[in-house]
Amino acid sequence: MSPTEPDLPDAVPLLSVRGLRKAFGQHEVLKSIDVNVRSGNVVTLIGPSGSGKTTVLRCLNGLEIPDAGIVEFAADLTVDFSTQVSKKQLAAMRDRSAMVFQHYNLFPHKTALENVIEGPVQVQKRQGAEAIEEARELLARVGLAGKENSYPFELSGGQQQRVGIVRALALRPQLLLFDEPTSALDPELVGEVLTVMKELADEGWTMVVVTHELAFAREVADEVIFMDGGVVVERGHPDTVLRAPREARTRQFVDRLLNPF
Amino acid sequence: MTINWDLVWESLGPLLIGAITGTIPLALASFGLGLLLALLIALMRLSRNPFLSGVARIYISVIRGSPLLVQLFVIFYGLPSIGITISPWPSAIIAFSLNVGGYAAEVIRAAILSVPKGQWEAGHTIGMSRRQTLVRIILPQAARVSVPPLSNTFISLVKDTSLASLILVTELFRQAQQVAAFSQEFMLLYLEAAVIYWIICLVLAGGQSGLEKRLDRYVAH
Repeated sequence: MSPTEPDLPDAVPLLSVRGLRKAFGQHEVLKSIDVNVRSGNVVTLIGPSGSGKTTVLRCLNGLEIPDAGIVEFAADLTVDFSTQVSKKQLAAMRDRSAMVFQHYNLFPHKTALENVIEGPVQVQKRQGAEAIEEARELLARVGLAGKENSYPFELSGGQQQRVGIVRALALRPQLLLFDEPTSALDPELVGEVLTVMKELADEGWTMVVVTHELAFAREVADEVIFMDGGVVVERGHPDTVLRAPREARTRQFVDRLLNPF
Repeated sequence: MTINWDLVWESLGPLLIGAITGTIPLALASFGLGLLLALLIALMRLSRNPFLSGVARIYISVIRGSPLLVQLFVIFYGLPSIGITISPWPSAIIAFSLNVGGYAAEVIRAAILSVPKGQWEAGHTIGMSRRQTLVRIILPQAARVSVPPLSNTFISLVKDTSLASLILVTELFRQAQQVAAFSQEFMLLYLEAAVIYWIICLVLAGGQSGLEKRLDRYVAH
């Protein structure tokens, strides 16, 4: 399945986030974040833990409600969090994106197939037979043919995460959000998940990825955003940000990831 | 002490009738209604609305804080003095359901809270409303967790229905009392009643393991 992209002139980003702010109690997690994502692009958010990168994703999917800021999708949906946001607006925003979680968050009481069709059938009210067929195709495409009727506990972490990715794809979102999708995996299973993600990027899916996998960012990302302490420290092409960062903090972080000892 | 087997045999009929037409339907009806009430109370208790959760909190406290026998007597012997007269069977069902509602509410609340927060988030991210997530994602997982403690509640209830004999409901224990009074064989009849309660509870415990196995099919062992 190819992404469903709106036709946009090159200058208009699919997603535009301006002045995003979020505090948990006294703690300001996001201090005015701006992000633009063009259709078909892959943006990776990197940074130390606590830098706020996951919160950015969660705000985009409505799992956290920002305190302020504007989220604009393809110029036809604008949500201004400085004002009271209705449930309907929030739902409309959430519908644009689908999230892949660090801990997969598959539904343990449903099979792989049931996990995938739950959204299309129960929420989007699509035809059961059609949703099942599409789910089978998608599962086969990520190498999970034959695992349709397996429960999550019968699958490896890498397989579970691939089901998680297919569950997101099946919703036909405009934007895929990945929250550290490989951080909970055993090292030897990371590759199979990153490979699927790279394929999605090649097919033209628009993706925002929070990750510590610098190799993935370097190879796949169109833009790397380095965050620290709730602000964007540096952003740009991966070749610049990861190989020749301008900011000292970025350099430190990248060095530490590449040379842990 | 010699056992009067003839009496055991003769009394078995009335005692079983008491169990089949009294104890068992009383327990089933009260447990069914009590569970519905418990789910409602548990959701109220979890609600962000302080009024709803406050009402639920008080309800649970009152039910757990007073003896079941007292609750039964208030409904059957107390209410008539303010003009509400309810016959024995409905009185018993009301009292037992209210009681189960209070205890099972806490079980269900705990079971709902035991489902990881990520499950709510996964429900939301595929576009489900709170209610949809609750019904399709959270409750099925909570059900699995709550089977053992709810079985406890049910087994207690089966035995507690003997209290209904005190408000004139004809059930297993009341039958035993009557035969005992007539024959003066108290030890024999009460032990016989105890054995029948025990057998009913054995069957229930068997049902519990069956249900647990069924609900455990999606869990690693």
